[in-house]
Amino acid sequence: MTLADMQFVVPDLRLASAEIVVLAMACLVLIVDVFVQDKKRTLTFALIQVSLLGAAVATLLTSSGQILYTFNNMYVGDLMGDLLKLCVYVTVSVVLFYSRGYVNDRPQLARGEFYVLTLFATLGMMVMISANHFLTVYIGIELLSLSLYAMVALNRDSVTSTEAAMKYFVLGALASGLLLYGMSMIYGATGTLEITAVAEQAFNGQINRTILAFGLVFLVSGVAFKLGVVPFHMWIPDVYQGAPTAVTLFIASAPKLAAFAIMVRMLVNGLLIASADWQIMFLILSVLSMALGNFAAISQSNIKRMLAYSAISHMGFMLLGMVTGVVGGDARFALNAYSSSMFYVITYVLTSAGAFGMLTLLARTGFESEEIKDLAGLNKRNPWYAALLMMMMFSMAGIPFFVGFFAKFSVLQAVVAAGYLWLAIAAVFFSLVGAFYYLRVVKVMYFDQPVEEARVVAPLGVKVLISANGLLVALLGVFPNGLMWLCAYTLSQSL
Amino acid sequence: MEFKTFVFYFISAVLVFASLRVVTLKNPVHAALHLILAFFSASGVWILLQAEFLAIALVLVYVGAVMVLFLFVVMLLDINVDRLREGFWKYLPLASIVSLLMVAEMALVLGGTYSGLLESDIPQQDSQYSNSKALGRLLFTEYVYPFELASVILLVGVVAAVALTLRGKTKSKSVSPSEQVFVKAKDRVRVLKIPAEARE
Repeated sequence: MTLADMQFVVPDLRLASAEIVVLAMACLVLIVDVFVQDKKRTLTFALIQVSLLGAAVATLLTSSGQILYTFNNMYVGDLMGDLLKLCVYVTVSVVLFYSRGYVNDRPQLARGEFYVLTLFATLGMMVMISANHFLTVYIGIELLSLSLYAMVALNRDSVTSTEAAMKYFVLGALASGLLLYGMSMIYGATGTLEITAVAEQAFNGQINRTILAFGLVFLVSGVAFKLGVVPFHMWIPDVYQGAPTAVTLFIASAPKLAAFAIMVRMLVNGLLIASADWQIMFLILSVLSMALGNFAAISQSNIKRMLAYSAISHMGFMLLGMVTGVVGGDARFALNAYSSSMFYVITYVLTSAGAFGMLTLLARTGFESEEIKDLAGLNKRNPWYAALLMMMMFSMAGIPFFVGFFAKFSVLQAVVAAGYLWLAIAAVFFSLVGAFYYLRVVKVMYFDQPVEEARVVAPLGVKVLISANGLLVALLGVFPNGLMWLCAYTLSQSL
Repeated sequence: MEFKTFVFYFISAVLVFASLRVVTLKNPVHAALHLILAFFSASGVWILLQAEFLAIALVLVYVGAVMVLFLFVVMLLDINVDRLREGFWKYLPLASIVSLLMVAEMALVLGGTYSGLLESDIPQQDSQYSNSKALGRLLFTEYVYPFELASVILLVGVVAAVALTLRGKTKSKSVSPSEQVFVKAKDRVRVLKIPAEARE
């Protein structure tokens, strides 16, 4: 192709208006924050919330129900992306409300950069969610990860935070390298980096299957790192424990949605032809994660670390839905399986945000609520908070009539429908093991004597928010059909 | 011999000589200077291959930025040269095996028919053709989305670097007499709130 016959089509910027709003607001906040004198940064906080609201409005206005491409097919707008993006906005907004008190108590964190980096990380997630090009996937990941590395290290006088940030940075760079290497292999096999074009090439073209499979291994490793499943999980416990709780809350929630999105984009949209290969890889990763995550969590005394191992096992469980999409070349169950995974990841983010949000609320000036024994007798100090945390724990354990139960149930249904009975049995077994350490937290809260009697204080708005979060975990368990239908419908319109 | 071939052999000879001197010289500053010469010669090879953008990037990025940093470090740190060179002969056999392996691997890749490297000729362009222009045009049209996002990543890098290292101005402890004259008793006494501690 020479310069003369290169046709340039001006991209449809409306489609990406949500990204444009967030980027413009991030730059604005960066400038405005310099002039903010207020130690609590109320104006910065308000501006961030306004930009998230603006992004949500832009996403809703541009959502058309069709699959539309822009920026030379590098950006895709579809219903799945819109739903995941809305979930990201809500999660980030709620997370910031939870962490506000925690951040204001700590001068190291209470700086404009905390909020600006949050917004840049959100932009990175949005780019990942609507990527239709391997290059865009990579750039979105880097934007998200670089913001997260800096946020983990923001508490710069703390040795554990610095160590966690360093580990996260080095391992994250390695994972990015793996991902890029995989992408270059895919490019070598198909001659394109555009995800839909890769799918087309893989379907009709004479492609080199060996190179494709080779690239696939690295792609799966990169995605597995971002999700944090065994054996790419090493960073999760250290980062969750070392990061300030407000940052852990952020890392443990919204980025999982973006990681799910790139997994669907790259593997389902792009490389469904090689599903037999990546399904077997995910099968191994999934079983290993459920086993290691649940058994390692038992021996933890630090609740952030325990929840980190629990996150590993949950992501392993979520992957079960990806394993069972295509059975023997038959994609009949695919929609059901993938939508159960999507339901799982959305409800996990809801529960995880609630659990870490509670830990953030329980921490005070000079005191981190990090050990399980710090929760002792929470019922006597504040029965409502104890009840809410119990709901989160029950939901994570998969006890019936909380949303976690239904999420596990729908994934298992997909697994059984695909004919992997042994896999379903193994998953149930590992969940039973997991129930032990969730119930231990409940036991400590209700039956142990409180070691301290400090009252738990939180502003009214945050109280309402975390109560709503807890009630949603309970209500979605009883009425899951709405969200379940939404996941299935958006996926069916997007694949 | 064509003039172009002569230039190629000349530049390559300088490149190989400079690279050898980088590992054999005793003085680290001289070694760094030879590394600059090696980069410069390599960019000459790029120019011969009609890849002028790569050549410019090599000079700007490596010679202009990386090597300056390198020289700074070498000159600012007091490096004990003898300690550095202690293991040279001890590690030579292992290092030569590794480098021979690398040469063999590269020969396999280049010589094999698998990658088809040798069959593909450099596309011949007319003298007006500019790689930099073509790259720039692609970056600002087809790849404008990732290009802009890459700039956002750089912005995040700047924000992160400032957030992690800037500790504000260090205040001088000298007292201004004009302010001290106006000091009142209540400015001197501070009432501190000490958080309540847990009961034993």
